[in-house]
Amino acid sequence: MTTTTKPATPVAASHGRRPGGGALALRQGRLEITQFLRSRESVVFTMGFPIIMILIFASIFHGTIGGGVRFTQYFITGMIATGLMTVSFQNLGIWIPIERDRGVLKRYRGTPMPKWVWFAGKVIMVVAIGIAETALLLAVAVALFDLDLPGTAGKWFTFGWVSVLGVTACTLCGIAISSLARTARSGSAVVTPVALVLQFISGVFFVFTDLPTWMQQVAALFPLKWMCQGLRAVFLPESFGAQEPGGSFELGRVALVLALWCVIGLVLCLTTFRWTTKRDG
Amino acid sequence: MEDELAISVRGLRKAYGDNVAVAGVDLDVHRGEVFALLGPNGAGKTTTVEILEGYRRRDAGEVSVLGADPAHPTPDWRSRVGIVLQGTGEFDELTVAEVVRHFSGFYPDADDPDKVIERVGLTGKAKARTHTLSGGQKRRLDVALGIIGRPELLFLDEPTTGFDPEARREFWELIRDLAAAGTTIVLTTHYLDEAEALADRVGVIAGGRLVEVAAPNRLGNRQEALATVSWRTPEGALESAQSATPTAFVADLAARHGGEVPGLTVTRPTLEDVYLTMIGHSR
Repeated sequence: MTTTTKPATPVAASHGRRPGGGALALRQGRLEITQFLRSRESVVFTMGFPIIMILIFASIFHGTIGGGVRFTQYFITGMIATGLMTVSFQNLGIWIPIERDRGVLKRYRGTPMPKWVWFAGKVIMVVAIGIAETALLLAVAVALFDLDLPGTAGKWFTFGWVSVLGVTACTLCGIAISSLARTARSGSAVVTPVALVLQFISGVFFVFTDLPTWMQQVAALFPLKWMCQGLRAVFLPESFGAQEPGGSFELGRVALVLALWCVIGLVLCLTTFRWTTKRDG
Repeated sequence: MEDELAISVRGLRKAYGDNVAVAGVDLDVHRGEVFALLGPNGAGKTTTVEILEGYRRRDAGEVSVLGADPAHPTPDWRSRVGIVLQGTGEFDELTVAEVVRHFSGFYPDADDPDKVIERVGLTGKAKARTHTLSGGQKRRLDVALGIIGRPELLFLDEPTTGFDPEARREFWELIRDLAAAGTTIVLTTHYLDEAEALADRVGVIAGGRLVEVAAPNRLGNRQEALATVSWRTPEGALESAQSATPTAFVADLAARHGGEVPGLTVTRPTLEDVYLTMIGHSR
């Protein structure tokens, strides 16, 4: 053995270990959730809106729609989809312009935090709030309106992937649309009408097939209609599928359209996202 | 020696449309130095500093900050640079301690959050939501976030705006401490006294150009500037004269008066006089 002494490796003077990306993302997610929960208006409007709507609609409409399905059972699928869109699309589309305007995003850009960690934090927040909100909605619906929960593992699985794909698409689109707002205040002006129109034409407040055909066709271009349809496959009997526009729940097409919107949203995010306001270079 | 320079800038230019914000700036900042960019609003201070911080793209020129081009910031480079922006980035829903602790997690060699909070004088407010802070306190939080990563180079963009005189003094002490510990500091200010109190060298910027770079007491050749000697004639009229050799002038004056010269004063231009002349010329 040769006894060459290695030159002492230069000690990175007192430099500690850089925190791992995964740990940073979790911390960021926790911070986002804390901020969300402490801001009363976002809790009330994001979490509360679908529940208030359910209470109102279920109290007004008692009848059944075709196939012996109670209106509340139909309506709840739309409300779950709306809730998921609210926590992702509306929540981000309204809050990111505010954070951008306040200079929060600019400040993050000045730190060594990898950019993706910030996005991951938002996704963690959306997923956590989305799960909590959906659970709350189901609990209220079961307790007050005798909602029938999905009976098979297959249906729960469909519930899972429709929700995940839908939330992903809406999250990416929410981040993308946030760049349209020029100031903090214009965020909700941009997002709210889009969300409201989609809710009306996608069969959230009305039975989808009662809508004019042209409206159904416009709705079919956007994710919310497909999220509602996917959730109907979970909460309504198999036989109800025959009353859908396509003659079935078309789960394959649900997956395809939602996946396509994920891609569109991602491309828009990557090409248009701004860390600073327009007037700020 | 490239390594002795924390910042090196040659021919920096930046325009927004037709509005030229920075029109050819050359600048060197040495390691361990406190450098102040002094200038009126709209002179190009913030644009220059934000290019150095990696926030804005330049139109032309060569820029090196800690040996790297700030147009392509890496996390490693970012962890060596501390930034206190002009506008505050507010986290209304969080407490001071939560924000500082969170940001400490981004840096490989972060300082102790509680210590930093104490250093900027916010210990009493550590558990307060940031939206309850006063303007000056928010600024201290900004400074805390700027120094939490123990930066080698610290940028401060108009750091003491909104401070009361006592808070400003405390802040100056903090900057002197950081400088004594070897941190290179670049600050922009439109307060002359701040530049004079803190900076090793001052760069006066006006109309997008660096008009002069010098130690505060040498700015505008202040020491060599003509002194103004004034006195009163026996009739009571005010006389004054400019002189490069005021001592000899006064001795001569005294000899002519045969003793005390009534109302005698000898003044040199103050920093403010020099500064106003400089930024006036380039307007």
